[in-house]
Amino acid sequence: MPIPGSARPLVTVEHATKVYDTGSGTVHALEDLSLSIDQGEFVCILGPSGCGKSTLLWAMSGLHPLTSGTITIDGTPVTGPPKQLGMIFQDANLLPWRNLWQNILFPFEIRRQSSAPYQERIRVLLDLTGLAGFETKMPRELSGGMQQRASIVRCLGFDPDVILMDEPFGALDAFTRDEMNLLIQKIWMDTGKTIVFVTHNVTEAIFLADRVVVLSPRPGRLARIFPIDLPRPRSIEQTFERPFIEQVLAVKATIERGHPAESRLAGATP
Amino acid sequence: MSRGETDLRQAIPRFDKDALHHEVGLSGMTGLTSATAIRSGRDALVIVAIAVVLVALLEFWLTVSDTPSYVMPKPTEIGRALWENFDLFRPHMFSTLRVLVAGYVIGAACGLFLAATITQAPFIEKVITPYILLLVTTPMIALVPLLSAKLGYDSLAPRIIVVALASGPLVMINAATGFRRTDLGKIALAKSYGASTLQLFTKIRFPLALPMIIVGLMVGAIFGLLTAVGAEMVGSSEGLGNRLVYYSSRVQMDNFFAIIVILAVIGITDYVIFFWIGKKWASWES
Repeated sequence: MPIPGSARPLVTVEHATKVYDTGSGTVHALEDLSLSIDQGEFVCILGPSGCGKSTLLWAMSGLHPLTSGTITIDGTPVTGPPKQLGMIFQDANLLPWRNLWQNILFPFEIRRQSSAPYQERIRVLLDLTGLAGFETKMPRELSGGMQQRASIVRCLGFDPDVILMDEPFGALDAFTRDEMNLLIQKIWMDTGKTIVFVTHNVTEAIFLADRVVVLSPRPGRLARIFPIDLPRPRSIEQTFERPFIEQVLAVKATIERGHPAESRLAGATP
Repeated sequence: MSRGETDLRQAIPRFDKDALHHEVGLSGMTGLTSATAIRSGRDALVIVAIAVVLVALLEFWLTVSDTPSYVMPKPTEIGRALWENFDLFRPHMFSTLRVLVAGYVIGAACGLFLAATITQAPFIEKVITPYILLLVTTPMIALVPLLSAKLGYDSLAPRIIVVALASGPLVMINAATGFRRTDLGKIALAKSYGASTLQLFTKIRFPLALPMIIVGLMVGAIFGLLTAVGAEMVGSSEGLGNRLVYYSSRVQMDNFFAIIVILAVIGITDYVIFFWIGKKWASWES
């Protein structure tokens, strides 16, 4: 059953189940997961590795069909990649044979859509992400952080309503990661997009989210949803303060209940 | 359904960053282009200087040891033969080039087409690959006497067929290695924007395969030249290969070596052309 939100639900997930057929057997990645995400909401999906959080995101993107269950975006069931949706991947996923500008225009090329009405928007985004002036650089000439910022511009360039982010900053160092989180918060506050953000980093999830959705380990089930009421804009300093840390501890406790690290350790040593 | 699509549907989402570096090919772009790249004018100067010294030493040694020119002509004699008899060589050079270009274009086009289509269907690829390997490993020159007997000793056709059969499979095998690369992340990216199968090919799979395609085209062109010359040596009345046999049987070693110089220049030109193509279109990889 979808959990009702305060505003209009834009994305709904109902009884999502996904079973992968691997050579050596079946993997239950998701089991009977239901969720509803409001327009303009920032939702982080959090859980340990292999809990099916990426699977859920990929199902929302229309790239992976669910085994059973339905996902709707703006009332329309997802059967293929929806037009109003943009995806940001684990690595920047820039095409190495194209320069930065050509990479940013790639979605327009695939959709056979003129980029002219969006050029001004893209310029603003390039300024915002500090990439202005690097348009003719090839991806290998950019740092990891710049590449990921470029992929954000590529995604935002065509103005999607829903942005799905699949552990986008996992490969970046801690400092760059903080920077990126501040950037994403700013972009979200400026644009009011609906963002679904998958991560295994508790601090990152709480820093960014309106709601943190915690999944249990395989098979991925909904463990608990934490509303995060911390004031915005949030700063990195805040992550060291008491209200924030209390949130982190509460979320960690839920994760460990499903995945008790201490009892595992205790069991390992006689 | 293309390879990319089936793989994507079955794979658990996870990105292997090294996906690009696992393929096995006959050779890598890096090996053929960057390792030997001349980086500065000074490098080039050193290379030319060494060549000059070697040629001068050879000239000196042949003069001092009084080697007869039918054993080994002096570099100056070879140079003179090249200069004075070039009008005699020219029609043969054009004959070889015609055979090389015609055979190569046919072979490379077929090879590229086969590589692009076959890699879409892993089963067909598995069945066909051993036969392609057979074509790569069998010396196609062996067919020349047979084809010449059927199609005529003066005809260009036997040589063109043999060059196509020699270069095509090499182009195919390298290009197939390129097309077999599937970067699921990039395919997912294009599909998330609703890319069609054709767009996946033109925007992702082809550019991803391009470095290996260029390697295949380069190796195929050089192998085509070897085969063209070999074919002319065993079954033709013209061409540079035929001249090699002719001049060596007449012990005109200065002309013989002049032909070898021409062949070396054609081979190097082959290489340089593809080197620059690789630098222009595939430099993103190195």
